[in-house]
Amino acid sequence: MAKKLSMSNGIEQNNKLGRSYWNKMLTVFLFLLIPTVLLVIFTYIPAANMIGYSFEERDQFGVNVTFVGLKNYKTVFTTPEYFAAFKNSLYYLAGSFIQLALALFLATILCSKIRFSNFFKGVLFFPYMINTVAVALIFRRFFQKGDGVTNTDGTLNSIIALFGGEPIKFLSTEGLVNICLVFVSIWRYIGFDLVMFIGAIQSVSPDIYEAAELDGANRFQVFKYIIAPSIRPIILLQMILAVKGAISVYEIPFIITGGRIGSSTFVIQTTETAFKFQKVGLASAMAVVLFLIIVVVTIIQKLVFKEEK
Amino acid sequence: MDGFGANFSYDVGDDGSSKGARFKRGLFTFLKYAVLVIACLIVFVPLIVVFLGSLKNNTEFLSSNVFALPTAFEWSNYKTAFIDGKVLLGLKNTAIIILISCTGTIITGTMTAYVLQRFKTLFGKVLKAAFLLATLFPAISMQVTVYRIMNGFHLVGTMAAPIILYVGTDIISIYIFMQFLDNISTSLDESAIMDGANYFTVYFRIILPLLKPAIATVLIIKVIGIYNDFYTPQLYMPSDELSVVSTSLYRFMGPYGAKWEIIFAGIVICIIPTLVIFISLQKQIYAGLVNGSVKE
Repeated sequence: MAKKLSMSNGIEQNNKLGRSYWNKMLTVFLFLLIPTVLLVIFTYIPAANMIGYSFEERDQFGVNVTFVGLKNYKTVFTTPEYFAAFKNSLYYLAGSFIQLALALFLATILCSKIRFSNFFKGVLFFPYMINTVAVALIFRRFFQKGDGVTNTDGTLNSIIALFGGEPIKFLSTEGLVNICLVFVSIWRYIGFDLVMFIGAIQSVSPDIYEAAELDGANRFQVFKYIIAPSIRPIILLQMILAVKGAISVYEIPFIITGGRIGSSTFVIQTTETAFKFQKVGLASAMAVVLFLIIVVVTIIQKLVFKEEK
Repeated sequence: MDGFGANFSYDVGDDGSSKGARFKRGLFTFLKYAVLVIACLIVFVPLIVVFLGSLKNNTEFLSSNVFALPTAFEWSNYKTAFIDGKVLLGLKNTAIIILISCTGTIITGTMTAYVLQRFKTLFGKVLKAAFLLATLFPAISMQVTVYRIMNGFHLVGTMAAPIILYVGTDIISIYIFMQFLDNISTSLDESAIMDGANYFTVYFRIILPLLKPAIATVLIIKVIGIYNDFYTPQLYMPSDELSVVSTSLYRFMGPYGAKWEIIFAGIVICIIPTLVIFISLQKQIYAGLVNGSVKE
């Protein structure tokens, strides 16, 4: 490299540098053109619109627009329906923590001396791969209570009947419906956490476990002093993602119940407000509120991880 | 990484010399397997019922227990789901969208990552921050206003709408590529430039091949994500002809609302490709998801 430079004279070098500068700028321009244009048109302009619209009353076509100030935000925070949707996200949040604990428990079992561990891991992970709509339909049937004419009892009620119990209206009992939906969400997503935890546990060098074994550490000590610290960052990350996930739940409740019987979520309400009731202003305000919550959670995430390091 | 469970364990403790200790150890092992078997049953039971139900005819479906085996295999359910239910069309459309979106993401994503990671320009820094900020926008809620823009470009009701969104708003992929490039020494591309190669050549000949493992990670995350997405196609492609797997299954609830055996057949059809892919690419999928999530 040095040889080459010393060989070329000053002018040539200057030309080369000049040409390479323009080459560089051309590359930067061409390579970034499409992503930048897409980012601006489909992320930043809609985001700016969202903030603007949230102070207006408007429909999807933008024909009748009136400026209403903070009225939309007031509606979001004072209408009981919308507040109930926030309350529902607590079910999902609690569910996510149960899911994390269960996944951690199963991951430690799977990383111990066990036969067919890959088979078990595969089975437990597979629901994560299944199409969301398929999962939702499977569980619509799973929790069904038959009406005796067009439908029979679903899987769960059949099991209950097997033990001589009375069928239960799982999906049309307030409160219970949310628990059922959270169950579906755990069923579907636990495999993801499981794979993350197994990955983290296995990233610890086997030598460390061997050393612990030689020192006579018991199972609990190994978990507390070796496994737990190594997966701490992953647990923290999953906990924060759980919060973001819990306030953004959409597909599973939308397809299974359509948000009826008090099972609606904030995102279901946002989209219905926008596309069914054509209240784009109010829906924008709801989207802004969701965005602000996510920002706050993300700031907490950054602070927590900074402390970790 | 795999097969860890087989040749190594953190399971330490006594040698099992005394009778009580051996019993305790045996009980512990039994409990471990019991927990795993129960967990697997919870996964299996809802799925087995779907498979059994998909093979029953309507009368049998309504009269038999959900766990009862079908007396005669009713393959016509599959035919109905495949053709009338447009699952076949859904699979085709999904495949087209996945193919174009993944190609687009990989090309634009690797190019962006290359420029942002290797050339420290002011614009690059600003763009990097803009991408980071964009990850915070709630994807589904954003459609409230994205819809209007899509409509303005007359893209609603075309495959271009979801494809643009999958390619254009995929920031995680760019981050995975950048993270990966961070760990690749710059000496290789620098010396190529010194030897007179231009940046395009460096990108195609050096950067792109080196990014292969990262591309695999992105592909896995992307394919699972698009295959499972319901909201985007539901909003932007409402017509029957543009059904994807998710939306064609969702539409089953209308005409076949009470015919679970047909819905079940549709579900089985859409699970089979997933199962085949999962079994053949298991290790890559796990690795892809683990690598992808650490970058969040």
